[in-house]
Amino acid sequence: MTEPLAPAQPLVSVEGVHTYYGKSHILNGVSLKVGRGEVVGLLGRNGVGKSTTLKTIMGLINASAGRILYEGQSITGLPSHKLARIGIAYVPEDRRIFRLLTVMENLRTGLDRNGVSEAQKKQLLEKLFVYFPRLAERRNQAGGTLSGGEQQMLAIGRAMMLEPKIVLLDEPTEGLMPRMVSQIREIIQVLHKDGVAILLVEQNVPLTLAASQRIYFMEKGAVQHHAAASELSLDHPIIHKYLGV
Amino acid sequence: MVDIPWDIIIIQTVNGIVTGMILALVASGLTLIFGIMDVVNFAHGELFMLGAYMGVVTLAATGSFWLALVVATLIIAALGAALQVATLRPLLGRDPLYTILATFGISLVLQNYALWQFGPVARKIQEPFSGQFTLFYLQYPWYRILIAGLSAAMIGGLYLFLKYGRYGVWIRATTQDRVMAQAMGIPVPWVHTGVFAMGAGMAAASGVLFGPLVGVNHAMGLDWVLKAFIVVVVGGMGNLGGSIAASIFISLLEAYASIWVSPSQAIIVSSVVLILTLLFRPTGLFVPTPK
Amino acid sequence: MSLSRHASIYWTGFAVIVGLLILAPLVLPEFWRRFLTEILIWGLLAMSSDILIGYTGMVSFGHSAFFGLGMYGAAAALLTVKPPNLWLAIVYGLAGSAAVALFVAYFSTRLRDIYFAITTLIFSQIFYVIIFTWTEVTGGENGLAFSRPGFGIPGVWTTPFTSTTLHWFVLAVVAASYLLLRRLTQSPFGMVLQSIRENEARTRAIGYPVERYKMMAVMLSGLFAGLAGVLYALQNRFAAPDFVYFVVSGEVVIFNVMGGIGTLVGPIVGAAFFLGLREGLSRLFPYLATTFNLPYLAEFPYLVPVGIIFIAMVIFMPQGLLGFAKRWLNR
Repeated sequence: MTEPLAPAQPLVSVEGVHTYYGKSHILNGVSLKVGRGEVVGLLGRNGVGKSTTLKTIMGLINASAGRILYEGQSITGLPSHKLARIGIAYVPEDRRIFRLLTVMENLRTGLDRNGVSEAQKKQLLEKLFVYFPRLAERRNQAGGTLSGGEQQMLAIGRAMMLEPKIVLLDEPTEGLMPRMVSQIREIIQVLHKDGVAILLVEQNVPLTLAASQRIYFMEKGAVQHHAAASELSLDHPIIHKYLGV
Repeated sequence: MVDIPWDIIIIQTVNGIVTGMILALVASGLTLIFGIMDVVNFAHGELFMLGAYMGVVTLAATGSFWLALVVATLIIAALGAALQVATLRPLLGRDPLYTILATFGISLVLQNYALWQFGPVARKIQEPFSGQFTLFYLQYPWYRILIAGLSAAMIGGLYLFLKYGRYGVWIRATTQDRVMAQAMGIPVPWVHTGVFAMGAGMAAASGVLFGPLVGVNHAMGLDWVLKAFIVVVVGGMGNLGGSIAASIFISLLEAYASIWVSPSQAIIVSSVVLILTLLFRPTGLFVPTPK
Repeated sequence: MSLSRHASIYWTGFAVIVGLLILAPLVLPEFWRRFLTEILIWGLLAMSSDILIGYTGMVSFGHSAFFGLGMYGAAAALLTVKPPNLWLAIVYGLAGSAAVALFVAYFSTRLRDIYFAITTLIFSQIFYVIIFTWTEVTGGENGLAFSRPGFGIPGVWTTPFTSTTLHWFVLAVVAASYLLLRRLTQSPFGMVLQSIRENEARTRAIGYPVERYKMMAVMLSGLFAGLAGVLYALQNRFAAPDFVYFVVSGEVVIFNVMGGIGTLVGPIVGAAFFLGLREGLSRLFPYLATTFNLPYLAEFPYLVPVGIIFIAMVIFMPQGLLGFAKRWLNR
C-alpha cells in the first residue's frame, strides 16, 4: 500500500507485523508509519487489533513476523523498559496506574531516570501541574482513590514524565465525561506543540479527526486504508465502511 | 497446674520474642521474594546457613564480629544475585512448579557443598560481647536482646526502603503491575535480581546473628526454612507485616510449648497453627478477610 | 502409524523390558541385583508421585510420609504377628499409608499449587517428628529391624525369599502396579485428572467435583507410595525415620522431573538415572582422588553434580529424559 502522505523518515515504522494469541491470528501484517511530531489516528471497530498494535510496538506482545523500526533502528523484540528509556511511552486502555502508589510516586516511576537532574525533574512536574492542577492537589493520595478522569490524567502525566518522542495513546477518552474529553484534546495539542508524536487509538471519531493529521483504518488485523484527516468528515463513506455497524 | 510459673513464662516470652525476631528476619526475605517474584525460595535456609559459615570464616580471619556480619551479608547477597540470574531468570514466565524445583535443587547443592567444605562438625561463632543481666533465676545474655533489636532494625530499614527509597518505588510498582512497570522504564529483570539478593542478604545476616546461639552446621537451614514457610503461609503470602506478626506469634507459642514438651516436638505446635489457618483462614491469619 | 501398530510396538517393548528384568538377577552379581530391585522400588514410588504431579498437576513433597508409613506399617505387621506374614505386612502398610493419605488429602486438596506443595512438605515433617520422637512405638532414631517373611501362605506353606526371587516378586508388583495405573490414567477418571491439571476452573465449571477427584488422586498416589514402602521394608528388613524426612520427597520429585512427568514410565527411568548417577559418582570421586592425589576429593558429595544436572534439566530439559527421547524419536 503506497503512502504518499506518510513522512519520508518516520519516527516509528511498523512493517508487516503478525501476532498470534495461542492459535488465533490477531495481527495480520500491520504496516504503518508515524513521523516526528505527527499526530496519527488509528480507527476501526472493536477487536480489529488496534490495541494489540500499540502493545506490540511497546514490546508487551511479541511479533512473530515483521519488524518495527524506531528512528531507523529495529526495536523488534526489545524489552519494554528499554523502549521507555529511548523515548516511547505507552498509556494503556484501562489506564493501569499503580493504584497503591501515590500520585507523586506514580509520576516518579517515569521521572526517576538517569541523566535527569533534580532541577529538571522539578521543572517537568511544575509544567505538568499547570495542565493538571487536580493532580497537584492530590499528589500524596493513593492512585486508586482518584476518579476515572483523574486516573486518565495521571496515566498521561506519568507517560509525559518520560519526556518521550512518541506517546502510544490507547482510547484515552473511554468512559470519560465530555468535559474531560476536551481536556484530553487540549493535552494532545500541548504534546503536539512540544513536538511529541502521538499514535492515537480511539473510538471517538470527531476527536480523532480534529486532533490527527493522518488516519489509518484497520480491519481484520491489518491496515486497510489511509487518509489525511483534512480529507475526511464525519459522514464520509470511509468512516461508515470501517466504523459503521 | 494451680501454681502459674510466672518466671518461666516470662523467660519463655523473652526467648520467644528473640527467636521470633530472627524468624521474622528470615521470613521477611522469603515473603519479599515471593510477593514480588512469585518464587518460592526453597534455598532460603541454605542461604541462612552459608551466611553463618561466611560469618565463621570472616570472624576467624579478622576477629571482628561486626565485620563478619557485614561481609557475610554482602557475599551471600551477591551469591543470591548470581543464582537468580543463572537459574531463575531463564524460568521467568514458566509454570511456578519449575522455580520450586530449581530452588530445591539449589538447596541440595548448597547444603552438600557446605557439608563437604566445612565438615559435619558444628562450628561456633563467638558473640561480640558477653554480659548478662539477671532475669529471675537466670543469667540472661544481653546478646540475645541485641539480636532482637538488630533484627527489628533491619526489618524496619527494609520497610523504610520500600516505602521511601527510589528503588523502593520501583519494587512496589513491579509488585503491583509488572507489565506497566516495565512500560515505565523500570528494568524489571534487575528489580527481581535485586530483590532476591536482598532476601538472600537478610537470610545471611540472620544466620550470623543466630550463630552464637547454636552451632553452625550444614543442616541448620532445614528447620528454619520449614518454620519460615509456616510463617509465610500463616502470615499471608507476600504480606510483610503479617509475616512479622506470625513469626512472633508462632515463636511465642513454641517457646511456651517447650515448657512442657521437647523443642523438636514444638514444631507440632506450629504445624497445628498452620492446619487451623489453612482450614479457616487460608489467606493468612493476619490478613484482613477478603471481601 | 495406525493405532494397532503403535500398540503392538508398545507391548513388544514392554515384554522385552520385563523379560530383561526377569533375566537380569540371574546374571548380575549380588550388589547389582539389589541395586536393580531398589531402582524398581523407587520407580514405583516415583510413579505414584507422577499421578499427582504429572496427571493432576499437584506437586507433592509429602510422598516420604506415605512411603514411610507403608514401611512402618509393614514393620508393625512383621513384628507383632507371628509367624511373619507377607500379605499382612502389605495390608498393614497400605492401611498406614492410606490413613496418612486421607489426612493429607482432607487438608490440602482445597489449596492451590504452592500452598499445597508447602503444606504437604510440612505434613511430612510432622510425621517425621512424630516417628522420630515416639521412641517406644517406632524405635525413634534407630528405627525398627525385623526379619523378612517367606512367600506363600503362612501356616500352610512358605518358602523364604532369595535376592533373586525377591527381585521377581518386586518386579511383579511394580509391573502390575504400572499396568493398573496405566489403565486408570487412560480411563475417564484419568481424563478428568488431566483436565484438572490443564484448567481447574474450567473443569469445575463443567460440573466435576474437583475436590473429590483431587482427594481420590491423593489416596491413589498414597496407596502406591505405601506399597513401595512395604517393598522397601521387605528388601531391607528395617524401617527408619530417615525415609520420612522431606528430602526423600524431594528426591522423588527429582526422579519425576528427570524422567519426564506425566508419562508413568518416565519416573522409573528418572529413578534409574539418578541412582545410577549416584553410584557412578560415588565411585568416581574416590577414584579420581587416589589417581590424582587429591585427597579432599574423595568425599565430594555426589549430590552436588547431580543437583547441578537436575537444575540444568529443569531449565533446559523440563520434559525430562523421556520427553526428550520422544521428541528425538519423532524427528
